[in-house]
Amino acid sequence: MTTEIKIVEEPKKPLAMHPRKFGMWLFLASVAMLFASLTSAYIVRRAEGNWLYFELPDLFYTTSLVIVLSSITLQWAYWAAKNDNLERVRLLVSITAVLGLAFLIGQFMAWSDLVNQQVYFVGNPSGSFIYVLTGLHGIHLVSAVVFLLIVLRSAYKFKIHSRRLAQLEMCLTYWHFLGGLWLYLFVFLILNR
Amino acid sequence: MATATDIQAHDVQHDEHEHEHHGNFWTNYIFCQDHKIIAKQFLITGMFWALIGGLMSVVFRLQLGFPEASLEWLRPILHGWITPEGKIDTEFYLALVTMHGTIMVFFVLTAGLSGTFSNFLIPLQVGARDMASGFMNMLSYWFFFLSSVVMFSSLFLSMGPASGGWTIYPPLSALPQAMEGSGMGMTLWLVAMALFIVSTLLGGINYVTTIINMRTKGMSFSRLPLTIWAFFFTAIIGILSFPVLFGAALLLIFDRSFGTSFYLSDIFIGGEALPNQGGSPILFQHLFWFLGHPEVYIVLLPALGITSEIIATNSRKPIFGYKAMVGSMLFIAILSFVVWAHHMFVTGMNPFLGSIFTLLTLIIAVPSAVKIFNYVTTLYRGNILFTPAMLFSIGLVSFFLTGGITGLFLGNSAVDIQLHDTYFVVAHFHLVMGSASFFGMIAGVYHWFPKMFGRMMDDRLGYIHFWVTFVGVYMVFFPLHYIGIAGFPRRYYTWTSFETFNSFADLNMLVSVAAMLTMSAQFVFLFNFIYSIFRGKKAPANPWNATTLEWTTPRNPKHGNWPGEIPTVYRWPYDYSKPGAKEDFIPQTVPYSETPESNLPQENELIKLEVGDSDSIVVGDKQH
Repeated sequence: MTTEIKIVEEPKKPLAMHPRKFGMWLFLASVAMLFASLTSAYIVRRAEGNWLYFELPDLFYTTSLVIVLSSITLQWAYWAAKNDNLERVRLLVSITAVLGLAFLIGQFMAWSDLVNQQVYFVGNPSGSFIYVLTGLHGIHLVSAVVFLLIVLRSAYKFKIHSRRLAQLEMCLTYWHFLGGLWLYLFVFLILNR
Repeated sequence: MATATDIQAHDVQHDEHEHEHHGNFWTNYIFCQDHKIIAKQFLITGMFWALIGGLMSVVFRLQLGFPEASLEWLRPILHGWITPEGKIDTEFYLALVTMHGTIMVFFVLTAGLSGTFSNFLIPLQVGARDMASGFMNMLSYWFFFLSSVVMFSSLFLSMGPASGGWTIYPPLSALPQAMEGSGMGMTLWLVAMALFIVSTLLGGINYVTTIINMRTKGMSFSRLPLTIWAFFFTAIIGILSFPVLFGAALLLIFDRSFGTSFYLSDIFIGGEALPNQGGSPILFQHLFWFLGHPEVYIVLLPALGITSEIIATNSRKPIFGYKAMVGSMLFIAILSFVVWAHHMFVTGMNPFLGSIFTLLTLIIAVPSAVKIFNYVTTLYRGNILFTPAMLFSIGLVSFFLTGGITGLFLGNSAVDIQLHDTYFVVAHFHLVMGSASFFGMIAGVYHWFPKMFGRMMDDRLGYIHFWVTFVGVYMVFFPLHYIGIAGFPRRYYTWTSFETFNSFADLNMLVSVAAMLTMSAQFVFLFNFIYSIFRGKKAPANPWNATTLEWTTPRNPKHGNWPGEIPTVYRWPYDYSKPGAKEDFIPQTVPYSETPESNLPQENELIKLEVGDSDSIVVGDKQH
């Protein structure tokens, strides 16, 4: 009865996704462009010479580990929400938020390591870039932690469960994105010192 | 950053969309989430800025055309900016050209054009009750408003607004001691632009989301009006390029206020060396033009989309080459990201790289020519109705052609060495980007005014507005090509100090007179606009006999746009003068089964599906 042409030509609802989730992806695209532009600026500037070489703080390895862990815990929280295990969702989202804060503190401590190496925000752009890249990433992470707290609040109000996952999914997307973004920045900095 | 939480905040509001809003004045007209009101807010703010930007150009044209004249009579407005000799202050002249550029490019032709018509037309033409997020949409306007307030207040600084050119190249813009305008004026410029970028991103995310996800039944991508395609590409370009400007501005802010050296190196001011070492001013140009060139298409594409719609409607013919139009816009959008360095041919770029950018730039002529060809072939043998909107659309095509051709010269890295930063460039982009987009915007206002305000604008005043503006624009910008080829640089305060350029004094006088004439014609429009809002003839529901969905709404659509169900779409938007049809247009909402007399064979095939399959549609609905 139903041929292939029918499916295409019927006046049916056209392709549609969850509008807010879709908007989130577009937002991530613009954030990605911001960092793409800054890292390209880094490469362009570095190619011109007069570039200060220094060691990246070892703390970055620790913070990278922390942010990967936090992605795992949030993913776990998502699976728990799918199974309606709300207790576990609350716990895991809280842990993720704590790990996020730990990451931010770690990044801040890494800045003091840089200062101890005589690498300041004001000075050769090679140092300034590190502060700008980590700082901007940090600000985005702060917004993600705020988002986590909003999710946590919803979890306590029983507004997150297996049939109402959109908010948690968006938070998860954002969190994974920022984790991935940090790993990209870290690897980029290691490769382009 | 803000977006994530905004989207959450909207969670609550979403359920209210279905029923009518009965708010007070503040929620209905000021902090309103209805896309139609937000569009009008953008339009009126944009018109306010256009007036300021236009008047600024008249002031500096006075200086250029009549260098000997006393401008004492401007003292009541400009106060200290008029020197004791009755001349415009030289630094203020630079501020004028800077602010004219900034205002026109960003506040008028980006926010005023995209903000108005994307907001107004996207939900109406795709068949949605409102934008995906009304709250984000409202925020988008208020960020723009805040940005406008900051930029406007910078005009009243005693040191003057930013004056390093709208491209704000460092080190001029990075060092407050470089010139008066690089002080507080530049700081406010950067703050205003940061707010503006937030506004554009909020708007752009909303436009794309709405177009993809909120279309009505039957509105497949191949049935979208070309306006929607244009807004779609515009929004995507904005989402991808404005963050780059944000990055560039951020580094500039750090250089200005925190003493970093991203763009600064080896600078002496007043014989003293600055501590900044290791920066690169070229870096800023790369970042700026990576936004700056796509920005040209952010400005132009909506105007082209509006024109496609108006030309098809008023030629009473289907648009020629619908797919080619979409394809060429896509191609332009992609190319816009890989040509930025043609603004930088004289920065000491590797000549090989220069030739690559030349090639990429010249390729843009191909999709542009396709578009012009399609406009002309749509007009060819049509039953053309010369409404004011139609005249302005045809004017756009004319400017797009004459201004675009000079782009071929400028895009050539060898020729550009002579023409760079002369009035030739000014003439080129004012025709192809400035005037063309402005005409698209005006055409849109004339065409959709009946839907916006429920009344008609006066045609005769529209004709006067068109002819004076059209002739005036050519009289302004055609002579500038000659002056540019002669080598006169842009942004210079005076001509008469150079023996070579003295002979152009009369030409400059003509340009200035034409500029004033053109500006005065805009007051005709302004009068027509305001008068018609209150006293215009009441508009019928579909005054232009157009096919698209917005004309199926009531005369004054309420929040939610359609009183009943959202209409379903059965055909593409350009069924004008279809052979055999009863009328010369068939709205998108008419199924093929109701028009057997005009259907093509493949469309008759679709009827069977429409009729025979009505059950399955209902089943499909239940699933949703």
